[in-house]
Amino acid sequence: MTEESRGQTAAHIRDVMTTDGAAVNEQIRNLNANRYESVAAFDDYETCRERAREIKERAIENLPTLIETVTEQVEANGGHVHVATDGAAANRYVQDVLDEQAGETVVKSKSMTTEEIGLREHLAEAGADVFETDLGEFVIQLAEESPSHIVGPSLHKSREEIATLFNEQFDPDSPLETPAELTAFAREYLGERMKEADLGITGANFVLAESGSVVLVTNEGNARKSAVVPDTHVAVAGIEKLIPSIEELHPFLELIARSATGQDIAQYVSLLTPPVESPTLDFDRPDQPIDATDDDREFHLVLLDNGRTAMREDPHLRETLYCIRCGACLNSCANFQQVGGHAFGGDTYTGGIGTGWVAGLDGPDATAAFNDLCTSCSRCVPNCPVKIDIPWINTVVRDRRNNGNTPDAVDHLIDPLVPDQESTGLDRQKRFFGNIDTVLRLGSALAPVSNWALSLPGVDRLLESTVGIDRRRSLPQLATETFRSWWADHHEDPDSADTTVHLFVDLYTNYLYPERGKAAVRLLRELDLSVEVTPVLPSGRAPLSQGMITTATEQANEVAEALESPIAADEPVLVIEPSDLALFRSEYSKLLPTETAAKIDAGTAGILEYVSPLIKSHTEIESGASGEIVFHSNCQQRTAGFEEPTVEALEALGYDVRTTDVECCGMAGSFGYKSQYYELSMAVGDDLEPQVADTDVLASGTSCVAQIGSLTDGDEPPHPVELVERAWAEHRS
Amino acid sequence: MDAGAERTQFETAAADHDVTVTRTRAANFASTLEGVVEYPAVGVSLPIDGVSLADTAVETTLTPAKLDTARTGVTPVSFGIATLGTVFIESTTDGAEPVSLFPERHVAVLAASDVCPDLAAAVDRFGEELAAGPSSGIFATGPSATADMGGHVQGVHGPSDVHVIVVDDR
Ligand code: SF4
Repeated sequence: MTEESRGQTAAHIRDVMTTDGAAVNEQIRNLNANRYESVAAFDDYETCRERAREIKERAIENLPTLIETVTEQVEANGGHVHVATDGAAANRYVQDVLDEQAGETVVKSKSMTTEEIGLREHLAEAGADVFETDLGEFVIQLAEESPSHIVGPSLHKSREEIATLFNEQFDPDSPLETPAELTAFAREYLGERMKEADLGITGANFVLAESGSVVLVTNEGNARKSAVVPDTHVAVAGIEKLIPSIEELHPFLELIARSATGQDIAQYVSLLTPPVESPTLDFDRPDQPIDATDDDREFHLVLLDNGRTAMREDPHLRETLYCIRCGACLNSCANFQQVGGHAFGGDTYTGGIGTGWVAGLDGPDATAAFNDLCTSCSRCVPNCPVKIDIPWINTVVRDRRNNGNTPDAVDHLIDPLVPDQESTGLDRQKRFFGNIDTVLRLGSALAPVSNWALSLPGVDRLLESTVGIDRRRSLPQLATETFRSWWADHHEDPDSADTTVHLFVDLYTNYLYPERGKAAVRLLRELDLSVEVTPVLPSGRAPLSQGMITTATEQANEVAEALESPIAADEPVLVIEPSDLALFRSEYSKLLPTETAAKIDAGTAGILEYVSPLIKSHTEIESGASGEIVFHSNCQQRTAGFEEPTVEALEALGYDVRTTDVECCGMAGSFGYKSQYYELSMAVGDDLEPQVADTDVLASGTSCVAQIGSLTDGDEPPHPVELVERAWAEHRS
Repeated sequence: MDAGAERTQFETAAADHDVTVTRTRAANFASTLEGVVEYPAVGVSLPIDGVSLADTAVETTLTPAKLDTARTGVTPVSFGIATLGTVFIESTTDGAEPVSLFPERHVAVLAASDVCPDLAAAVDRFGEELAAGPSSGIFATGPSATADMGGHVQGVHGPSDVHVIVVDDR
C-alpha cells in the first residue's frame, strides 16, 4: 500500500464511521448484550456447538450425495430443482419461472444468497416489480444501498434516517416518525404487494435433503407470506445449506436465534415441504371461497454453487461453508462494532467471515478493502455456533493476497530489515511489522541512540511515509538494557529448588519491557523454583498477523526446536506475553505437525496460570494487599481461556479485581500503529477508556499496554506479574 | 415432568413471549373464546372433542376478502412446546397457516395434553410426521416482531397479538 492509498483507506473508514458508526455501535451493543445473556442461560450451548459442527462437517463432505437426494425428493414431492453453477444461471432460471407465469410482481423475503447474485436487480432489469418484504431489506432497497450486516442489513440506519427516507419516497399524509408508525406503514404497503404477487422468493436457512424441506427462520412473518401467498414459490439456497434430514436440525434451531439476536427461538420457524398444502390466495377474486383443491401450487428449489464446490475443495476456505450466517462473529468484532459492513465487508457478506465468503466467491483480491480489518483478536471464535476459525481464514486470505502482489519499486528502502522468506512484492508496511523481531534487535543494539533518533524532528513523518506508522502514535521505548543482558548478570538459583522452570523470552519482554521478565524471575525464585530462560524467540505472531505464513512457520519451527529439551525433561515453559501463548494453543496446530503442536501446548503455561495455584495454596496469606485493581486481559488470552488464573492470584493476594468487558483494546498488535487504521483503533479504544481511566490498571498484552498508555495519556500499565511479585514479596517480608 | 407441570411451564414461557394464555374446559370454550376474539373473525375447524366454532360468530367459510379484513384468526395448533411457549401450526388444506398469519390477533387453540417438553421433542414429533409423508408447519413463538425500524415493534407481517386457549381435555 502506498502512502496515498493508506490515506484513502483512512478517509473511507473515517467517512463510514461518521455515517454508519453510531447506529451500528448502538444496535450491536444490544445484540451482544442479548446474545451473552441468552447463551449464558443455555446449558447445552457447547454440546449443541459440537454437534452442529460435526453435522456441517459431514454434510459438506457428503454434499454431492445430498444434492442428489434432495433433487429426487423435491421432484417426488412435485417440485423442481435447479442446480445453478453461477449467479447468472440462477437468475436466468428464476426469470424463466416468472416469464412462464406471465407474472410481473415478485415479493422476496430476506436472503443474502439472492443478494450475492443480484437477483432482485436482474429481475427488475427484465421488467419485473420486485419488493423486498423484510423491513431491513426494504430500507436498503429504498435507499439503494448494500447491506451493512448479514442479519440486520439496515443496521447502519437510525430511526431518523429511515423516517426521512420513507417520508421522501412515499410522501404520506402525515409524516412518519416512530418505529411503530414506520412499521405500520411498511406493513400496509408491503401487504398490498404480497397480495398482488405472482411469485414469492425466499432463501432458506437449512434445506433437509431427505424430505425436500426448507427451513426459514424469521421474526417478521414476511417469509411465511412470501412462501405461501403467491401460488409459485422459489427458494434460492447455496448448496451448503443442505443437511441430511430433520434429525440433524435441532442443534441449529437452538443456536441460530441465540447467536443472531439472543432469542431462545425466532418468532417463526417455518418447516416447509413444498408444494405446501395451504390453499393459495387469489386476492383478484376476493369473494371466491378459498379452496385448496384447485391445487395450482408450484415450487422451485434453486441450489446455487457459484464457487462453493471450489471452496469445498480448498482446505482453508472449506469451513466457511459451515457458516449459518448468524452474524455473531460480526457483533463480537471490535472493529466491526465501529464501522459495520460498509467498511468491513464486501457487497453482500460482511465482517470477519465475509472474507471467507468473498474470497471463495470472487478470489482473495476481492477482499483487499477489508481483509486487514481482522486483527486476529479471536473474540469471534468462541461466539461462532459452528466453531469456525474465522481469524485463520482471514490470515490465509491475507497470505494469498500478499503472494499475488507485484514487487514494489521502493522495497529496497526496507530490504535490509526484512530477512523473511516471503515472495517479493509483499507490502512494505506488512513486511516491516512482520519482521518486527529484526527491527527490535537492530534498534536495541543501538539504544539509547535509536530512541533518541526516533524522537528527532521529522522522523515520525519519515516513518509514516515509508512504513505507515501513524505519527500520532508514540513508539515504545527500547530498553537500554534488554532482559537477556540483565539475565546474564542474574543467573543464579536458590539452593532449595528442586523444580526447574523455563521462562519463554518473547521479543517484547526482552527489548521493550524487561521489568516484567525480571519480576517473573524474582517471583519464581521466591516460590523456590529454579529458573532457566530461553533465547529471545519470535513466536511467529508478528508475521502471521501480516499474513506471512511461511515466515511464521519458520519461527514456529525455531520455537519448537528451542523448547524441545525442556518439554522432554518435563520442565514447564512459562510465557509472559499472552498473545504468544495463545498462538501456541491455537495457530501452532496449523503451522506445525500435530504432535509437535500438542507437545508445545501441553508443555507451556502462562506465567500466572502456573504461579496462581502456588500462591493460592499458601494459606498463610491473611491480610494481604488491598485495594481495587482493574485487569485488562489480552483478547486472545480470553479466547484461549487463561484470563481467570490472573484474577485468582490477585484476589488471593487481597486485591479487589475488576476485569474490563470490551472485546479488544483496539491496538491489536501492529494494527493501531498503521496510519490507515489509527482512527479506527482509537475509536475502538474509546469504548475501553472509561474502564481504565483514573484507576490502577494491569494489562498483560504488549499492545494493550501501549494502547492503554495512549488512551489515558498516562503511564503504561504494568503486567500483572509485576504486581503479583511485589505483593508476594511484601507479604513474605 | 408430568403433564400438569409441563402445561404450567408452557404458560409461563408463553407469557415471557408476550402471549396471553387462558385455560378452559371444552364446555366453556365458546364463552372463553368470546372473551379473546375481536370481530370480524375467521377460523378453521378445531379437532378437539366437544370444541367447535359452530356456535360462535367466527366465520369459517374463508375468502381472501374475509381473511384480509378479519381482526382475529382462530386456528387449532398441533402441539405446544413447554420450555418456549411455542405453538406448532400445521399447514393444512383448510388454511390454518394464513388464518394464523393475516389477522392482527391469532387465537391458537391447544389441547392440554398436546404439550411437548422441549424443542428437541417437538422437532422429533414433526420428524415423525415427515417420515409419514410430506408435511409442513410453523413453530410460532409470540407475535411477529421487528427491530428494523429503529426500535422493537410487535406486529409486522404477522399478528401483533397472540392468545392461546388451552382446553383441558382430560
Ligand atoms: S462464521 Fe460463525 S459466527 Fe460468523 S456468521 Fe457464520 S456461523 Fe455465525
